Amino acid sequence: MSAPADTRTITGSSLREFLHGLPSVDQVGAEARAAMLSSRSIKTTAKQWALDAAISMIDLTTLEGQDTPGKVRAICAKAKRPDPADPTAPQVAAVCVYPDLAHLAAAEVKGTGIHVASVATAFPSGRTSLEVKLADATYAIESGADEVDMVIDRGAFLAGDYQLVYDEIAAVREVVAGPAGTAGQVGRAHLKVILETGELVTLDNVRRASWLAMLAGADFIKTSTGKVAPAATLPVTLVMLEAVRDFLAAHGRQVGVKPAGGIRTAKDAIRYLVLVNETAGEDWLDPRWFRFGASSLLNDLLMQRTKLATGRYSGSDYFTLD
Amino acid sequence: MPKFEYAPAPESRAIVSLRESYGLFINGQFTPSADGRAFKTISPATEEVLAEVAEAGPADVDRAVTAARTAYERTWSVLPPKERGKYLFRIARIIQERARELAVLESLDNGKPIRESRDVDIPLVAAHFFYHAGWADKLEHAGYGPAPRPLGVAAQVIPWNFPLLMLAWKIAPALACGNTVVLKPAETTPLTALTFAEICRQADLPPGAVNILTGAGETGRALVTHPGVDKVAFTGSTEVGKEIARSCAAVPGKKVTLELGGKAANIVFEDAPVDQAVEGIVNGIFFNQGHVCCAGSRLLVQESVYDQVVASLQRRLATLRLGDPLDKNTDVGAINSAAQLARIRELSEVGEAEGAQRWSPPCELPVKGFWFPPTVFTGVSQAHRIAREEIFGPVLSVLTFRTPAEAVEKANNTPYGLSAGVWTDKGSRILWMASRLRAGVVWANTFNKFDPSSPFGGYKESGYGREGGRHGLEAYLDV
Repeated sequence: MSAPADTRTITGSSLREFLHGLPSVDQVGAEARAAMLSSRSIKTTAKQWALDAAISMIDLTTLEGQDTPGKVRAICAKAKRPDPADPTAPQVAAVCVYPDLAHLAAAEVKGTGIHVASVATAFPSGRTSLEVKLADATYAIESGADEVDMVIDRGAFLAGDYQLVYDEIAAVREVVAGPAGTAGQVGRAHLKVILETGELVTLDNVRRASWLAMLAGADFIKTSTGKVAPAATLPVTLVMLEAVRDFLAAHGRQVGVKPAGGIRTAKDAIRYLVLVNETAGEDWLDPRWFRFGASSLLNDLLMQRTKLATGRYSGSDYFTLD
Repeated sequence: MPKFEYAPAPESRAIVSLRESYGLFINGQFTPSADGRAFKTISPATEEVLAEVAEAGPADVDRAVTAARTAYERTWSVLPPKERGKYLFRIARIIQERARELAVLESLDNGKPIRESRDVDIPLVAAHFFYHAGWADKLEHAGYGPAPRPLGVAAQVIPWNFPLLMLAWKIAPALACGNTVVLKPAETTPLTALTFAEICRQADLPPGAVNILTGAGETGRALVTHPGVDKVAFTGSTEVGKEIARSCAAVPGKKVTLELGGKAANIVFEDAPVDQAVEGIVNGIFFNQGHVCCAGSRLLVQESVYDQVVASLQRRLATLRLGDPLDKNTDVGAINSAAQLARIRELSEVGEAEGAQRWSPPCELPVKGFWFPPTVFTGVSQAHRIAREEIFGPVLSVLTFRTPAEAVEKANNTPYGLSAGVWTDKGSRILWMASRLRAGVVWANTFNKFDPSSPFGGYKESGYGREGGRHGLEAYLDV
């Protein structure tokens, strides 16, 4: 694992051998580790830092059939100024929308430093032809998205056709960010690869899918679409954080992690930050390398932030519902 | 300066109301020692004196054994078994109600992290009482005959590493089977045992069923050699265990169980789940500062994954948080006593002198109190003293092996035989190894997991007799 394999051509059988040669994951042990880290007690100054860090890492998301231009404008306003009563609250990392609304979001957040993420490749199921997936991703980029959240073909993965999954990711990557090896260059969009871990089920699969996505050129690996239960969980995120840590050591390229779906409370978010801190390390404690795919989480973070500053809880009516 | 610096999160001491001095607990009453002698117990993390505790002499031992005998004959052994069970259930519930207080007190007196006393020790203590409460009226189904009888008065001497948990392992089965007890906690950690005495009163336990004598080696010797004792149960060092075995051998009919030292092998195969194995290694040797008789103090790694495992282990150890035992984020607490610290230092120096490579993560030790950094020795061979002698501290010796047969051979090549760990993805290999390892407990893809229903005990110099489970009842029944 010394040469930068993600720039090498990988054939089907060697890919399979590599993925099946990764160390296995003991589920009981991984769950115990995640539970132990959940018991960390984050108070006072540490909590203050964590709440603000979590806000700055949010991909504020709306992915509904009923999304309208009005809804997108509203979440963009929220993204720019999460707490109208407190200008010191940081802005979020990105807004995440469907491709047909990306142009609206791009216009709304222009000049703020907030990224526009768009789901693509027949999100959430990914059940269509490669041509349609590539067209979907191209459309997202052309509409102003600078981050694309693609889904992998879970069916192919579960059937053992790793090459197909790899090739699709690599092809989307080419559309989104140019050939492998050019990640991070100015003007290139970022590729987040959604593994949909709720459908992969085992932690061994999560580890293999993580490596597969990274080898194919993912800038980020993301747990879930949010449309399948369970979405993000701590043990799954733990395994993904181990994967990006080991991938950096083996290939010299840092890949980000994005748990998405089901993270609703500040307490949950802080648990994830502890997991990042003690697994991948503090280099990942940055919106460039760690994101939360969430919507209602933001208001709970703001509420806890106000509580920490004033010593009092205010009702949910004091935080905007966007 | 780390980005995400965890602010101090200390558990409050306010829940514990320490008394200035504690007496002996004899026949349901707290009483000073006959000759007025006392000693101080300190917090090993700060060297602060916590309280003064009476030191029991021969006259006190005599009083306590007499009280236990009377209680045995007049109340406890003749009580209907289901009534004994009710008392044990009541004690278990009070322990749960007072769990936070007991956890704080344990961490104060012992130096172990509150995360462990809160999440491991105290819940297991309650579990042991619940479990044995259930046995009290079902002993005829335990496989020891239709109406197994208790033994009488049990003398029990316990160590300082899991003060209240070791008390539970001793007292719960003894009472469930109908015996009465005189228990001596370790001299460095008497406080939770004395709080347990209060709990016995709170539960209205008949006076004399449980007696607690505080003191050091002399007290223990007087207790285990007292002619009024029918049964001796000891957990502690192999050296003292042998002395007890010798003295009890002279008395026909006196039953003895000993749970002594260990030098367990934690065996990592090349197909192991590496990240979880590393957690298991950490939990095996740094749990409770390595003050664990079944600690995985010898790491046997298959040579083909040696570099990877050692690198992962070192990276992981750099994240361990050492410091204030009462801080909820502390992973490694204080060494229990100056004497134990001196022994750990001495053996570590021997390790270096014998040519093993010593490594510790960057780690700032508090100035006051007794502290030792998590330490790993690589390049250790079977001949080194650090591979043979129990260090009873946060010190890991790493050895390698090439084949499963060699792993078994090296794992068994020790005077001890308390526990072992096997890390592999192959189920068949786990079974193959488990049937060949001469150790009382073999953990597969985990380490240091305890449950009241699972018997615990050793081979060879790790002692004899089992504690916990159906097997553990035998030690307190006339079978």
